[in-house]
Amino acid sequence: MTLLISISHLNKSFPGVRALHECQFDLVSGEVHALMGENGAGKSTLMKILAGIYQRDSGEILLEGKSVNITSPRMAQDLGIGIVHQELNLMNHLTAAQNIFIGREPRSRSGLFLDEKAMNRNAQAIFDQMHLRLDPRTVVGELTVAKQQMVEIAKALSFKSKILIMDEPTAALNSAEIGELFRIIRQLKAQGVGIIYISHKMDELKQISDRVTVLRDGEYVGTKITAHTNIHAIITMMVGRELGDAGKPMIETGTDEIVLEVKGLNRGKAIKDVSFNLKRGEILGFAGLMGAGRTEVARAIFGADRIDSGEIRVHGMSCRISTPADAVAAGIGYLSEDRKHFGLALGMDVKANIVMSNLRQFLSMHLFLKTARIQQTAREYVKRLNIRTPTVDQEVRLLSGGNQQKIVISKWLVRDCDILFFDEPTRGIDVGAKSEIYKLLNQLAEQGKAIVMISSELPEVLRMSHRIVVMCEGRITGELSATEATQEKIMKLATQREMEQAA
Amino acid sequence: MTDHVLTENEGITSRLKAAVFSPAARQKMLAFGSLIVMFVFFSFANEAFFQLDNIMGILIATAVNGVLAIASTFVIITGGIDLSVGTLMTFTAVICGVFLSEWGLPMWTGVLAAILTGALSGLLSGTLIAKLKIPPFIATLGMMLLLKGLGLVIAHDKPIYFNDTEGFSAISIDSFLGDYLIPDLPIPNAVVILFVLAAVCSKILNSTAFGRYTFALGSNEEAVRLSGVNVDAWKMAIYCFSGAICGVAGLLIASRLNSAQPALGQGYELEAIAAVVIGGTSLSGGVGTILGTIIGAFIISVLTNGLRIMSVEQDWQTVVTGFIIIAAVYADILRRKKQ
Repeated sequence: MTLLISISHLNKSFPGVRALHECQFDLVSGEVHALMGENGAGKSTLMKILAGIYQRDSGEILLEGKSVNITSPRMAQDLGIGIVHQELNLMNHLTAAQNIFIGREPRSRSGLFLDEKAMNRNAQAIFDQMHLRLDPRTVVGELTVAKQQMVEIAKALSFKSKILIMDEPTAALNSAEIGELFRIIRQLKAQGVGIIYISHKMDELKQISDRVTVLRDGEYVGTKITAHTNIHAIITMMVGRELGDAGKPMIETGTDEIVLEVKGLNRGKAIKDVSFNLKRGEILGFAGLMGAGRTEVARAIFGADRIDSGEIRVHGMSCRISTPADAVAAGIGYLSEDRKHFGLALGMDVKANIVMSNLRQFLSMHLFLKTARIQQTAREYVKRLNIRTPTVDQEVRLLSGGNQQKIVISKWLVRDCDILFFDEPTRGIDVGAKSEIYKLLNQLAEQGKAIVMISSELPEVLRMSHRIVVMCEGRITGELSATEATQEKIMKLATQREMEQAA
Repeated sequence: MTDHVLTENEGITSRLKAAVFSPAARQKMLAFGSLIVMFVFFSFANEAFFQLDNIMGILIATAVNGVLAIASTFVIITGGIDLSVGTLMTFTAVICGVFLSEWGLPMWTGVLAAILTGALSGLLSGTLIAKLKIPPFIATLGMMLLLKGLGLVIAHDKPIYFNDTEGFSAISIDSFLGDYLIPDLPIPNAVVILFVLAAVCSKILNSTAFGRYTFALGSNEEAVRLSGVNVDAWKMAIYCFSGAICGVAGLLIASRLNSAQPALGQGYELEAIAAVVIGGTSLSGGVGTILGTIIGAFIISVLTNGLRIMSVEQDWQTVVTGFIIIAAVYADILRRKKQ
């Protein structure tokens, strides 16, 4: 066990923001050291300084006892620091091997041409070392997110990294894939690699990390040995206060009035004979593994994808929905899991985003924007949903994930939708903001909105839902009431493949 | 370990698969098919089309646009665009004219001057884009106008003739191939230069680090940057290389016309971009081939030539070309959607 990294008195400011203040951190070989903190706590800044993307303002970084100044990503690589970015940084048009060796391709003897064969061989050797079955010549764009992640890890390893930084590596993985990732992490640990692990998922910490360091508002809060602490203590360190347990006990808001009825929905292999109904005032959880078809069902009902067959009834009336505009007209809203791409105009301000989906309501003579009304409405929603923004003129991209999510929600509320599909509503949102989103969902249900909540986090599904529908491979494999549902029961249904069911 | 070993056979089949089924390859095959169909159609429609003289005419007409299209292919694969290739071509021709006709220097200096001028101008565009972060469309739009004006100023609004330089017109028009190697095949040098350049550039694009970064930049620039690659330097190198190829185009056109025509050039860039796009290179970057670009360039010249032979008015030729470009890109989008 050698000390790989020792950081002290690290400072970094951006114009108007103090990202890190007198921060400290250390890492020894063969450990997984988790770095925790809410969004904006400074985790990413710290990582980016280590990876040579940002330069520190002041402070000391010791690498195996030697003071270093990491000035570029290339230098970080040379020093043996590998990073797996949260947002995968791969070139989709190139093969796995080409991605791994970008910037240091093996050359032919003349030095003029690339030695593709040697490149594939070397990539294969790394995959073998990871016990990963993957053809290095596969074009990365054709791989699953999980496999892409493995390519990123292979890339980091190819630098003979002694230090591996992983920024939310499990954000897009299902539980089987997470298991595979953890297997590889443990193997690397055994080989003496020191791993800095950033995650929002508390349950993963217990499984994989040896120590936990918590940052808050750019400052070091403390380091604990994972085995000697509990999740509650870490959360308290992160938020700096005791968190109220929002949402529990569950408020019984469901009624018997069916607002949405879906019968025999089919779309290729993605959706197979899906039927369910949704009642006024209830939160219906959609559980399942990644790729089980939950998002596809939501998109199909919302008219974003064409369906092969099936009937959708809204308030008892058969509804023909072939475009999202039809769905919105029927009062159905869909909040995408990828709010940055599909939910928000990040470069525009808060008020523009809030009124965007119902701009017609804010026009005079069908032509001109009623700016005063827009201001007023936006302020109203900012207050009602407790959106933390200095003014409604703030650009949305400057807000945190939780506040962005609230703006997406306001959009649909402005539109007066009474059936709302939330796809992974808390992905990438920190603990504090999560409980606010939960509160908000409960409030909406109380007000009589009907909510479908798609989530891959079982504790979240269990905590929020009045009823839970479980999907596997495009089919609904079961429905559970809130009282009977447990993680085990849901997992069993979520992995109930077609053949097993028949047997 | 054993089940991970790749057999050579596997390698060949998967490469074959990639060569035949990749989106770029399919667009290329579609483009090639259209070229054949057009060729057959015009041959039957008018007997003047399938004559040696006319075929030679098509080949020569393609040479200049083909070379410019090759230059554009590199830039477009990076996800950029270069609107200055047409006027840069003319500008390099004018500089060559100054060297040879005004200063009376030997021919090789003019050739070198044209290519170096192209490279320098490309480097300047690349610097504006990589260092000053000016969007490629705007940077090269500026360069397009700048070069056009500068060319006219230097040439005093008049063509520069190469009458005093012996053998200059031979660069394009003579047939080295016909004279020395295959007497029955008097293919003009310009066409041979096009194909040799295409072969070399294809090799560069597919088997060198330069080519790899061209694709990588178009696929995900940020990822390349974070991999420790000097993105700015490579981007500048790519625009520089593309500019040097424009210099070759400048030589070809000057030699063919035996003069540098400073008023010429604008519009060539759009035809070059059209050839690239018809050939299956994606305007959003990351995908493209030189072979596709060459096919694209031939589609445009066969179409123009065929329509002219069938006595379709010039204006209508332009309309048809526009239609073909839209159809080609839409076909590409449809295929992508299906995947």
